[in-house]
Amino acid sequence: MNEYLDMFLTFARIGGLTFGGGYAMLPMLQKEVVERKQWATQEEIMDYYAIGQCLPGLIAVNTGAFIGQKRKGTLGGLACAFGVAFPSLVIITIIAAFIGGFADMAVVKNAFAGIRVCVVVLIANAVAKLWKKAIVDKMALLLFACVFLAATYTSASPILIVVLAAVAGIIIQTMGVKQAK
Amino acid sequence: MIYLRLFFEFAKIGLFTVGGGMACVPFLLSLSQRTGWYSQAQLLDMIAISESTPGPIGINMATFTGYITAGIPGAIIATAGIVIPTVTVVIIIARFLEAFAENKYVKGAMYGLRPASTGLIASAGISVAILSLVNVDAFKAHEWLNVVQPKAIILAAILWVLTNKVKKTKSLHPVFFIAAAAVVGIVFRFAGA
Repeated sequence: MNEYLDMFLTFARIGGLTFGGGYAMLPMLQKEVVERKQWATQEEIMDYYAIGQCLPGLIAVNTGAFIGQKRKGTLGGLACAFGVAFPSLVIITIIAAFIGGFADMAVVKNAFAGIRVCVVVLIANAVAKLWKKAIVDKMALLLFACVFLAATYTSASPILIVVLAAVAGIIIQTMGVKQAK
Repeated sequence: MIYLRLFFEFAKIGLFTVGGGMACVPFLLSLSQRTGWYSQAQLLDMIAISESTPGPIGINMATFTGYITAGIPGAIIATAGIVIPTVTVVIIIARFLEAFAENKYVKGAMYGLRPASTGLIASAGISVAILSLVNVDAFKAHEWLNVVQPKAIILAAILWVLTNKVKKTKSLHPVFFIAAAAVVGIVFRFAGA
């Protein structure tokens, strides 16, 4: 199959199976992109998520663009980004055109209450996978704890958090603090 | 020319939205007030539908707004508007990172970004967990007996075991579990609806 088409379709599948925004896409990315296609590693996915947070635009689209660009340059980036967006375009247009009161239907509400529970478990599993790759020493654990607390208990913007974490990473690595395992 | 205007407005929203879909809500509110393309009630509908359909929330909202404003071409143009400019920025940054991947500062930054990324995702996971496993209204009203949602917690526990412990099921595609959870949600009326 044409590689660009393959990338478009893979990301269309990811977009169409993602319920609840950018973070919920992570389990699908791990399955499709890391395990099946091996287009990116767990580490790269983490990098893209962190950088995608600080760039303008939607995290899901940005992550797709990163993975596509790495594999096949600009066209690859576009193929993946449009792939992520494509199912929404179709589904939302159909709902907007034909199904008034979609979100108020009892069956939709109940289904999504169930799906949300599943998304919690899938995100927990995804974090466990990332954990093994990201928390490589005590300093990384400390960074994780700081970011988690700041993101959960303060209203600090994710951009600020990510920028500070990058600066902390540079300082830790260049000062050689990493030996303190 | 409505199409050009749609593209331009959504390009602007894309370029100024940082940190994911829900961050574009304030922009969509201001767009509704400035243009009258859709009402605030329609915006609320849009948010509800975007959250209860697959796909990135920001894309869903762009498609919906575009459709309401100018039909199917509008849906396509608004979606392209939110995607194209930001993807251009991302591709430029990605090229830069590729070129400097071996630089020690870039490597150091990545060392810091990975635990940060994990922390941000874990934090987002906790907020979804609270939303779906805990009855926030009961918590606020101090009705302690109703705070936990037993059905949701039992389902979460079962799913966790199936995705981690049971050999036969743990390598299944996540969509299998999502579909199963949707069915359970409908059968056991998870939203009480």
